[in-house]
Amino acid sequence: MEALDGNAIGGLLLEVFGAELTTARGTCAACGATAQVAELAVYLEAPGTVVRCRTCDSTLMVVVDVRGRRCVDLRGLAALE
Amino acid sequence: MAGTAVRGRLKPLTWQVATVAEAVDETARVRTIVLDVPDWPGHRAGQHLDVRLTAEDGYRAEREYSIASAPGEPVAITVERLEDGEVSPYLTDELRAGDGIELRGPIGGYFVWDGDDGDPLLLIAGGSGIVPLRAMVRHRQRAGSDVPVRLFYSSRTLDDVIYRGELDEVGDGIEVVYTLTRERPAGWTGYNRRVDGDLLREVAWPADEGARAFVCGPTSFVEAVAEGLVDLGYPPARVKTERFGATGS
Repeated sequence: MEALDGNAIGGLLLEVFGAELTTARGTCAACGATAQVAELAVYLEAPGTVVRCRTCDSTLMVVVDVRGRRCVDLRGLAALE
Repeated sequence: MAGTAVRGRLKPLTWQVATVAEAVDETARVRTIVLDVPDWPGHRAGQHLDVRLTAEDGYRAEREYSIASAPGEPVAITVERLEDGEVSPYLTDELRAGDGIELRGPIGGYFVWDGDDGDPLLLIAGGSGIVPLRAMVRHRQRAGSDVPVRLFYSSRTLDDVIYRGELDEVGDGIEVVYTLTRERPAGWTGYNRRVDGDLLREVAWPADEGARAFVCGPTSFVEAVAEGLVDLGYPPARVKTERFGATGS
């Protein structure tokens, strides 16, 4: 599957966090690399939406809809500012 | 001072129903849909909007589309029909003027050009990646900017070039360079190959001219171009990228 980028989840992030986050800077909890959300690797059909670090390929964010409930896993992010 | 000078959104982004004002065929597979959006806060060149379709059984599909129009113009999107797509065939084949469509936007703050600095603008498009770059070109024209623009557009064939008539007449200060990767008409004098480092060296301004680059297209195209520009000395922070799903370039 081809990776898109964080531009593709601007609407999803607005829905989850209520703010424009594609220009926010995320820090990878595994390798410490930082990048703007728009620059991160995004897989839309993972199942769910998976966001990965472009430096070390660690999973930063996972958003999955399960039985009408939206689950957001941010354990891979050390910071989002 | 409460309530003044607040830049940004004051209320959550919500879905709303827009009305199709006009649908214009751009190529055999691509259509521009001009929308009448009742509650539109205005957009920046390069932003997107989300479209949502709901089937009779309640199944929903959402897709993000780049806004094709300049700030201040009626909202428009340009959609390429993907043969196995859930959303695009409806937008390109079924939707008619007067129909309603659910959308929310504008979205995104990264891949945008406001035209408020004087840096030369290098726009590089693969296939339907031209759409947000077209909004930037139109914004430059409407704003009366004299920023030099070079638009390099990779397409499969001449018939696949979106906005061809418009791009032929963009006028002073905007240079449009094409490469056709699959098929060329007789007598074609433009480029005829996929973008690579050598081709970029020919079409991109030298890095020391301080250009700002926007690259939009399929993933493999964007990554080849972005790497190529960085190899030419462009600082990564001055190369903004936006990747589409696989389409032709």
